[in-house]
Amino acid sequence: MSWVDAVIQGILIGGLYALFACGLSLMFGVMNVVNLAHGDLAVVAAYVALGVIAVTHVPAVWAFLIVVPIFAALGYVLQRTLLQAALNRGVRTTLLVTFGLSVVIENGLLQFLSANSHSINIGSLVSDSFSIGSQITIAYLNLAILVAAVIVLLGLQYFLSSTQNGRLIRAVADDPEAAQISGVSYRHVFGIAAAIAFGTVALAGIAFGMFSQFDPSIGSDQLLLFAFEAVVIGGLGSLWGTLGGGILLGIAQEIGANFRPADQVLAGQLLFLLILAVRPHGLAGRREAT
Amino acid sequence: MSGRPGIEATAPTRPEGGAAAVRVTRSRRSTLWAGIAAIVVVIVLCYLPYLVYTGTTNQLIQFFMLLTMATMWNLLAGYAGLVSVGQQAFIGLGAYVVLILADHGANAYLAIPAATIGCAAIGLPIWWLVSRLRRGYFAITMWVVASVCELIIIQISALGGGTGAALQGLNLSPTLLNAYTYWASLAVAVIVIATVYFLLRSPVGLVLTAIRDDEAGARSVGARVARTQRLVFLVAAAGCGAAGALYIISSQFVVPTAAFSVQWSAEMIFITIIGGIGTIEGPILGTIVFYVLQQSIAQYGTWYFIVLGLMAMVIAIFAPHGLWGLISDRLGIRLFPVGYYLWPAGTGPRHRPVPVRRG
Repeated sequence: MSWVDAVIQGILIGGLYALFACGLSLMFGVMNVVNLAHGDLAVVAAYVALGVIAVTHVPAVWAFLIVVPIFAALGYVLQRTLLQAALNRGVRTTLLVTFGLSVVIENGLLQFLSANSHSINIGSLVSDSFSIGSQITIAYLNLAILVAAVIVLLGLQYFLSSTQNGRLIRAVADDPEAAQISGVSYRHVFGIAAAIAFGTVALAGIAFGMFSQFDPSIGSDQLLLFAFEAVVIGGLGSLWGTLGGGILLGIAQEIGANFRPADQVLAGQLLFLLILAVRPHGLAGRREAT
Repeated sequence: MSGRPGIEATAPTRPEGGAAAVRVTRSRRSTLWAGIAAIVVVIVLCYLPYLVYTGTTNQLIQFFMLLTMATMWNLLAGYAGLVSVGQQAFIGLGAYVVLILADHGANAYLAIPAATIGCAAIGLPIWWLVSRLRRGYFAITMWVVASVCELIIIQISALGGGTGAALQGLNLSPTLLNAYTYWASLAVAVIVIATVYFLLRSPVGLVLTAIRDDEAGARSVGARVARTQRLVFLVAAAGCGAAGALYIISSQFVVPTAAFSVQWSAEMIFITIIGGIGTIEGPILGTIVFYVLQQSIAQYGTWYFIVLGLMAMVIAIFAPHGLWGLISDRLGIRLFPVGYYLWPAGTGPRHRPVPVRRG
């Protein structure tokens, strides 16, 4: 039964990984930018939520409504300034700049907020759960995160396929110059894509902060790598693949942890390397996407 | 490293409507002086342990290690277009190869070449895996590889597990130990820079400069991009392995979290960007700048990385060829003759040639 439990817990945590992954995937798909500061931004969002709750005493769930729009705005501004400036110099410069950003954020957090770990206090919700049978317990929080992830991915899918801005994003992703000739400001569209990506990363970061302890170094040590692994396992450029990738990563980690708690992270990474070896374009991806 | 001014690669072409030929050379007179100066500097550095206290040579050991890593990362990212944030994988593996060999009774200094070759050998299957993803995704894949190496080493209790292990077998006096390590690190740095220099002067160098300037373009004219990238990846793996070997010898102790720390990548990347990516001189200048900074702000810990990160971001955007690029553009000098100079008709050694490509 513990194996079934591991799989179920893996599926639940997988939603969170997919939430982390979709922003990374979107920015790569649209503007060819791999944001190496992705994980650190999630940690910043968790800290900001912590600060918002401490100052305003609003219930923890309200933090989403305040922090996610702030991050979306930050994403737009950062894309129009720093990231666009880097992009003008070429793809390599975007990697160097986002890596620099990652190091600056992590050390800035260490400098000003210490290396202590924190967690967003959501009262009894963190431990409330219901049971199926005698062995399997499902925490409401984990279930809520999975449901939220599916809703966000559904929303993103709808946005990209059926709205005006979504169509613009897909057009610009295909060919920025051709879109520009047709009268679309691709820089503005890049900004919108970055706003969505930053919004989802804030969402994921706050959810992670409720679910687990976080500290300044966890962003680059774990979150960035998990998000990336979910993207590659699922297949580049496929939102549902990303959800599948996140869930598979979660299952692999939970099964690894079942062997030995220390094997949790390693098991996920070995699954990633295995997928890379046998199916480098991911489970749902197209070959040319790599 | 000495140049042979004006006696090679002479390719006469007739300019439009003109009668005189344009001369193309690899070097100019200043190159010869740079070469002589480089040899003098290396000879002085060889003598240094007899002249200064161990504190100074100890710092220079760190300097040569950083120089080695930055030079390797520059070859990888600056020329072959392979931006990696996981080179710490090979630093850690190099250190652990030395640890394993020393545990079996080998001399730690003789284990440096073994670590170098070992890391190139381990690099081959890693390349097979990581070469499947391009550009940014390659960068994170290498990060995952480094993390996997660390997590696997932590599991092996014979190597000290997560708490680390001390290097056994070097029963020398501290002064002698310091001097030997100094010479070893100097030798590694000189060999690594010479390797990059000769690689760039060889036909491979032509492919590398083509990839640096335009990867898709290089592919389209039939340059063997994939093969050249693999060669560079293995050379960089070997070089970082040697740096890792020096790391364990100089600290006499190794812990997985420190040996596989992403801080190594941060240092080699920032040094290369600040000094100038895509030139041999860049990482050398960058290491000097980095070193001066380290002496003045390293005690502030996290501030040190914040300042370096901000500097690297600003330079990457506003001066993409780094400090060396600013100097060489203004003065038209190159210390390593890996590019070409164009001498328009009627100009001689006293005139200023036109640099054909950034060397």
